[in-house]
Amino acid sequence: MKDEPRIGVFVCHCGTNIGGYVDVPSVVEYARTLVGVVHAERNTYTCADDGLTAIKKAIKDHNLNRVIVASCTPRTHAPLFRSAVADAGLNPYLFELVNIREHCSWVHMKEKEAATQKAKDLIRMGVARTALLEPQEEIRISVTPSALVIGGGIAGMTAALSIANQGFKVDIVEKDSEMGGMLRYLNDLYPGGRKASLVMDEFIGKVKNHPKIEVHTSSTIKKVDGYIGNFTVSVQNEKVPLDIKTGIIVVATGADEFKPVNLYGYSGSGNVLTELELEERLKNGSLQKLDSAIFIQCVGSRGEGRSYCSRICCNVAIKNSKLLKQTFPEADINILHNGIHAYGTYEKMYREAQELGVGFRKYSKEKPPEVTVDGERMRVKLYHELMGREIEYTPDIIVLSTPLIPHPENGDLSRMLKVPLGQDGFFLEAHVKLRPVDFATDGIFLCGSARAPADIIESINQGYSAASRAAIPLMNGYVQAEAITAVVDETKCIGCGYCASICPYRAASMNEKTVVAEEVSYITRKSYINPALCKGCGTCAAGCPAGAITPNHFTLPQIMATIKAFQQPGAYIYDRIKA
Amino acid sequence: MTEFSPRIVAFCCNWCSYVGADLAGTSRLKYPDNIRIMRVMCSGQVFPSYILKALELGADGVLVAGCHIGDCHYVSGNKKAQERVETLLRVMKTLGLDPRRVRLEWISASEGMKFASTVKEFVEEIKELGPNLLGVR
Repeated sequence: MKDEPRIGVFVCHCGTNIGGYVDVPSVVEYARTLVGVVHAERNTYTCADDGLTAIKKAIKDHNLNRVIVASCTPRTHAPLFRSAVADAGLNPYLFELVNIREHCSWVHMKEKEAATQKAKDLIRMGVARTALLEPQEEIRISVTPSALVIGGGIAGMTAALSIANQGFKVDIVEKDSEMGGMLRYLNDLYPGGRKASLVMDEFIGKVKNHPKIEVHTSSTIKKVDGYIGNFTVSVQNEKVPLDIKTGIIVVATGADEFKPVNLYGYSGSGNVLTELELEERLKNGSLQKLDSAIFIQCVGSRGEGRSYCSRICCNVAIKNSKLLKQTFPEADINILHNGIHAYGTYEKMYREAQELGVGFRKYSKEKPPEVTVDGERMRVKLYHELMGREIEYTPDIIVLSTPLIPHPENGDLSRMLKVPLGQDGFFLEAHVKLRPVDFATDGIFLCGSARAPADIIESINQGYSAASRAAIPLMNGYVQAEAITAVVDETKCIGCGYCASICPYRAASMNEKTVVAEEVSYITRKSYINPALCKGCGTCAAGCPAGAITPNHFTLPQIMATIKAFQQPGAYIYDRIKA
Repeated sequence: MTEFSPRIVAFCCNWCSYVGADLAGTSRLKYPDNIRIMRVMCSGQVFPSYILKALELGADGVLVAGCHIGDCHYVSGNKKAQERVETLLRVMKTLGLDPRRVRLEWISASEGMKFASTVKEFVEEIKELGPNLLGVR
């Protein structure tokens, strides 16, 4: 122990919230008897101005080096008390809050004696822990003021433009020879029917002419090192490898269209098409004549193997069916579906298609449509549930609405970035509701169809979201790391790598170290926990077989002392544990 | 002879179960006074030795409570807690310790009711088991 603990205990009445159910004066008397406590007092409201003043005064008058407030839950007032303690010149981590309201007075309102005893126990446990508390420093990590966006599709370009417009340098890494992503293959966009090529050219023009954006086409990511604020990304293009230093990374890699080979007569050629292939024909005007067209929905999705709904295909089919009907008003156009999902305002588009005369026919999962292709002649059989019989179509084209599927290279990229993929193979956000464009790993963000199938509007929205999240560390110029982190004692570390294998933030890593022992030197592996990445959960420490990891502020001696204080009221706790 | 009143240590994670216990308080739910809550950042931070130490020193029961699986503030700390506690329970059996003295529960920040009922149940169970004789000196 560097300094003998001089602990001050402040017991709060919280009006009658604690005072009405716990005998506060006797608790204060008891606290005075505890080893390490040099001052104890009670306050009507410790969190009020006079209470905070009393804490600061007592720190000076009694030369306190640790402070305990016994009041409410630390979740509300701990920051307030911490800053009061810091005002008086103590490290804010030499403070402990003992919860005698939510965990005591409020749940034992009819048993004053038991509640008082419990409050005494909790304070005794708090004193044992507090005696062993050590100062913690909050560290700041500087942030390289630039961003790297992986993927030059609509989501990536939106994110890049938004970040660049805020004044930061942006590198876009695009694996293809040109930007634009999925937009390159699209004809008209819904809603509103703007030409995809116009939207794309506008975006590409803005990106290419932006003084803060550098585009690397035909380039792939080879290696990612570092952490938030300080990434180094190795990029390989046709000519030379390149190391890019960046503060944050945005993943906007998009998705692929599923090619339904051997499903519904699809072979990659002929008149059985995917939606993208139809868009291409519409775009280049090769579709000259049409008497009849059939769309089949949910081809390769919402079933076994690929269970998710690709979400955008109903709207795409409705959009394209409308377009076909407008171009060929006499044509018979039917969409065979297993439930149409025209969510939100797209219901209007769905209705317009119906009014134009597009037929919507439901099929059941048990009896999907059957397609036979015989040369030029194609037949589609549909079992109509309401009529209870089969109907037959002889369309000129069959359009299969297939899902967007994750890129096969997602796995490699996720390993390099150390971010997870979900069970469908798309990148997995930190929290589906609360953090939809963040990864659990700090400094890496995602948007667009890399996350889940998204249409153009959603991709743009998410591009802006990711950019605004990413701009926070860039604007600040630093990130505040958790003060409470885990540290490794290298002399105890046996180099097993368990911590590195379980850390969800990839804060723990194994480094090679040369150990010199008298006449020989050898290379061994030692764990290192990066304080910039560590969130302080302590899971590595609890599992370390060598006991080499200490979770700061929740150390083994601190916790053991607390346990001991509960069971052995009279023990000179901190002496024994430290000895 | 006075009635046996168990002494139970609880390790509650900072993000879910500790807040669940807070909610039990703000909802003024009554539960037995036998329990003393210790805050840890994550259920995954609970060293198995904490549990054994508490038992060795005579705690009649140990409760480890964390976020529900899939809801861990630290992604997967609670899964590690589960693995460790389950392993510990097997070890306890071979040591002749009653594994019923250790309980792992998932209690979210909105489950004040569950916190209170868990404590009630656990205290009843421990009362049936009787005192932890390791605590007798």
